[in-house]
Amino acid sequence: MKKLFSKAVLAPWIATIILFVVWEVSVRAFDVEEFILPSPTATFGALIEFWGPIWHNAFQTLFTTVVGFLIAIAFGFVLGVAVGASALLYQALYPLLIGFNSIPKVAVVPILVLWFGIGTVPAIITAFLISFFPIVVNVATGIATLEPELQEVLRSLGARRLDILRKVGIPRAMPYFFASLKIAITLAFVGSVIAETVAANSGIGHLMLQASSSFRVPLVFAGLIVIAFLGIVMYVIAAVIERRFTGWATRGGAAGEYATGG
Amino acid sequence: MSATISIEEASLSYGGEGGLLALADASLSVDRGEFVAVVGPSGCGKSSLLKLVSGLYPALKGRVSVNGEAVTGPLKIVGMAFQNPVMLPWRTTIENVLLPLEVVEPHRGQFRRRRAEYRGWAEALLGTVGLAGFGDKNPWELSGGMQQRASLCRALIHKPDLLLLDEPFAALDAFTREELWGVLQDLWQEHKFTVVLVTHDLREAVYLADRVYVVSSRPGRIIHTRDVSLARPRRLETTFEPGFVELVHELRDHISQARQAAA
Repeated sequence: MKKLFSKAVLAPWIATIILFVVWEVSVRAFDVEEFILPSPTATFGALIEFWGPIWHNAFQTLFTTVVGFLIAIAFGFVLGVAVGASALLYQALYPLLIGFNSIPKVAVVPILVLWFGIGTVPAIITAFLISFFPIVVNVATGIATLEPELQEVLRSLGARRLDILRKVGIPRAMPYFFASLKIAITLAFVGSVIAETVAANSGIGHLMLQASSSFRVPLVFAGLIVIAFLGIVMYVIAAVIERRFTGWATRGGAAGEYATGG
Repeated sequence: MSATISIEEASLSYGGEGGLLALADASLSVDRGEFVAVVGPSGCGKSSLLKLVSGLYPALKGRVSVNGEAVTGPLKIVGMAFQNPVMLPWRTTIENVLLPLEVVEPHRGQFRRRRAEYRGWAEALLGTVGLAGFGDKNPWELSGGMQQRASLCRALIHKPDLLLLDEPFAALDAFTREELWGVLQDLWQEHKFTVVLVTHDLREAVYLADRVYVVSSRPGRIIHTRDVSLARPRRLETTFEPGFVELVHELRDHISQARQAAA
């Protein structure tokens, strides 16, 4: 258990405050124009001044992100299990997946607009497209790297392949799955915002585009801060769920507090 | 219940014909309720013998049968324990012990309905190996010896006719190992299943087995068979008696000959 004011709890807050202080001091010291780089105070001023539209658009972005992310979880998990469990599927689909993931998603948005029109649907699909890949790769890795001993315990009992997958493969892949969720949720925000800046009439990305075209740079930065904040909140939710379900993987220790890259 | 095993001139190679020959023309037979040990230098194909019997790996040639029927795939009547306890870390100890009942018929169909009863079996079994009250612990909270005890329970929970042990005590300290010999002997005397134990510990083989097979270096061939007629139950004191020591020396001679022949 952590104490309320332990170093571990305070450290991220202090780091954040230092960042803002350095930013504020630099802007003032070098007399940077507000339309180049607004100071944190100006940014937070804009955040308060335009709270109504920011809140409205942030909710839209959060909605498209979460829906796209949930689809990515369902699709990514199923595909990951299939690819991890079958060597043939793995070999067949991996080049396709890599190729698909290499396509910049911003290039896909115009196609989506062509198909679905401007608005919510392209943002959801972009969030989904950009975030399912790490889930597939991680789940597949978790299942494909199953220790032979674990399999043999079940095989020697005459277990079917599906039994082995259910009793050993999938539980063993859960830490990989949850680690990928922490990456995927932040990517989903990237996807939504990309789609919103290219083709949408609401959402934080749309708001930022509007603000920058009228040189309201503090509002653009306020949008960035909101996205960062939402990303952190979603990440924390994913991390908490991870710790609840896969505490065994860290043996009840603190290793789960570190993010897994990928 | 227990099972008979017969292996006739069986060979096994990894990687098919022309692959690495692990076992050559091995023959052995085990009677119902017998305790047999297979000893040999490391890498001699002892474990391959178990893979044949369990049906995890097919024979290249020769015949392997259990209860008079040819082995073609994994058998439901088998319980196995390995050198590593191989506990599933996301399950508690008792859930690990219950695993075979979730997989093997007829228990898997009745698992939900008889869950409480099955937990009772598992708790009783954990009690007999000295793990009473540890069922709800996570396996990684147990010591290596305790995990190996739990792994024995898992191998036995579905009341198998045949217990296959692949160096189950090799990774344990000497005291724990000798204590578990006694535990295993008690379980065997009580339930009378058939046991094949693979080990490189000659004292362990003589302590536990009715008959010991000595396997040569790769490719493994059975070069010597020795009946052990020491009285049961054997105790730790037995291992210091002249008859016991003589048997161990005799087996050791055969092993060193096998190793010299290979060198």
